[in-house]
Amino acid sequence: MNADLRDLYQEVVLDHSKKPRNFRQLEDANRSAEGFNPLCGDRIVLYLKVEDGIIQDIGFQGSGCAISRASASMMTAALKGKTVEEAEALFQRFHALVTVGPSEGADVASMGKLASLSGVWEFPMRVKCASLAWHTLRSALAGKSQPVSTEDPATT
Amino acid sequence: MNQAAQALRVNRRRFNVEEVRADFPILQQRIHGKPLVYLDSAATSQKPQVVIDAVVKFYSQDNANVHRGVHQLSERATADYEAARAKVQRFINAAKCREIVFVRGTTEGINLVAQSFGRPRLQQGDQIVISALEHHSNIVPWQMLCEQQGAQLRVAPVNPQGEVLLPELEQLLTPRTRLLAISHISNALGTVNPVRKIVELAHRRGIPVLIDGAQAVPHLPVDVQSLDCDFYVFSGHKMFGPTGIGVLYGKEKWLEQMPPYQGGGDMILSVTFEKTVFNALPYKFEAGTPNVEAAIGLGAAIDYLEGLDVEGRIAHERELLAYGTSALSRFPGIRLIGTAAEKSSVLSFVMDDVHPHDVGTVLDREGIAVRTGHHCAQPVLRQLGVDATVRASLAFYNTQQELDALIRGLQKVREIFQ
Repeated sequence: MNADLRDLYQEVVLDHSKKPRNFRQLEDANRSAEGFNPLCGDRIVLYLKVEDGIIQDIGFQGSGCAISRASASMMTAALKGKTVEEAEALFQRFHALVTVGPSEGADVASMGKLASLSGVWEFPMRVKCASLAWHTLRSALAGKSQPVSTEDPATT
Repeated sequence: MNQAAQALRVNRRRFNVEEVRADFPILQQRIHGKPLVYLDSAATSQKPQVVIDAVVKFYSQDNANVHRGVHQLSERATADYEAARAKVQRFINAAKCREIVFVRGTTEGINLVAQSFGRPRLQQGDQIVISALEHHSNIVPWQMLCEQQGAQLRVAPVNPQGEVLLPELEQLLTPRTRLLAISHISNALGTVNPVRKIVELAHRRGIPVLIDGAQAVPHLPVDVQSLDCDFYVFSGHKMFGPTGIGVLYGKEKWLEQMPPYQGGGDMILSVTFEKTVFNALPYKFEAGTPNVEAAIGLGAAIDYLEGLDVEGRIAHERELLAYGTSALSRFPGIRLIGTAAEKSSVLSFVMDDVHPHDVGTVLDREGIAVRTGHHCAQPVLRQLGVDATVRASLAFYNTQQELDALIRGLQKVREIFQ
């Protein structure tokens, strides 16, 4: 297989896309947001239970490509128990990882499974797939009522 | 057949796909180290060298504004621009040159008809009828118009094969229906609509018909007089011409009655602050400096198409479609979306357990360009039970070997996502 494709569709990415973690609606969610990618029809609904600034629980539902599902799944796994500030910091690092790539300065090792999505940066057309869940997260944490779109200027 | 047509026929070269491919410089390249397999012509077609040359020649030798200057260059630019209009007239067999309006593309043509023809005729409670197959560009302008006028947009349904149900369509045509707008060929599924029959059904009730021909002109001979449609709209870039140019054909009797769509230069005879006298057809609808080089490029594309062996070209496309349909149908886990009896040039499909977007990415690395997503036709895909498909769309420059490459590419997709 092509090396770029092997980087993009790593085993752990395929595993999360086939068996997404936290793929459920939270009954006791106190934050939620909807995100969609109008270009390809990907759609995600994210549910959060945030108490004392800590993400106690998180789940998602929706439909999309392997990259968007895997990214949402890994994001939910990475954020459980994190503070809102930590989530924001992780977003910044993840965003840099998929848009700029695993540059020398980036602390990829500390990103756990999220680092397996680093192959995305070689595929500019797929960055939006990987970041949809994260933009939806920010929208949920900001308490926005409008669905977030990958085509909003704010999400690029 | 008259003598001129016979002479043209003799001059045509017999269709040979390898010869034809050599006319398209873009097809000669490699993508990710593999020969480019371009299967996205329904999104936009590639351009033969003669079209590229026509655009380059315009800017290197003839560039000037049209309909204005007294100088040599303006005369040449105007003559070439108007010659392109005459080519379009002949190409779709319009009765008159003044029935050919240059627009930016199909979308602008439909919006022009919606606002200039539709709006003055549409009262509260009136209806516009479209089909469920339509591209967003033949849905949204009518939705906007209906919203403005308090009118109703009614949609003729399709069957699971993606064919418009004619009895249901007929039932939607009422004394309140002011216009029927329908595609000649569906961009998402490739269904060829029986437009001549549909025009008849509508005209029997005195309802004018607009045909969105964007996907038809690259594939079928179109004769607007024989179709008897009131409007026919298409884009240059889907028929091997440049982007930014399209054609609105309208029957003279309608265009005469319609107010201008945009105001500005070139569409006027005289202007004072009290009163402006509008120019004659078709200039009334061509405000501002037009896309001159694209019109000339479109003319070159028409010359090119007419220089090909039309029967041979159509037969080749038909064979390709049959070959691709059969290969995809035999592929385990692939389901074709859109299986109308009358189809043209589109292979839309889904693959079990793999999202179209992921299919598209893997194919791209094999040098294969397909479209993935909803193809600006969300309603019909939703009705057929899918959010998105992979669409391989064909033109006469494609080959069976390229479809074999597609199948091999899909096998790679399977290996990755097994």
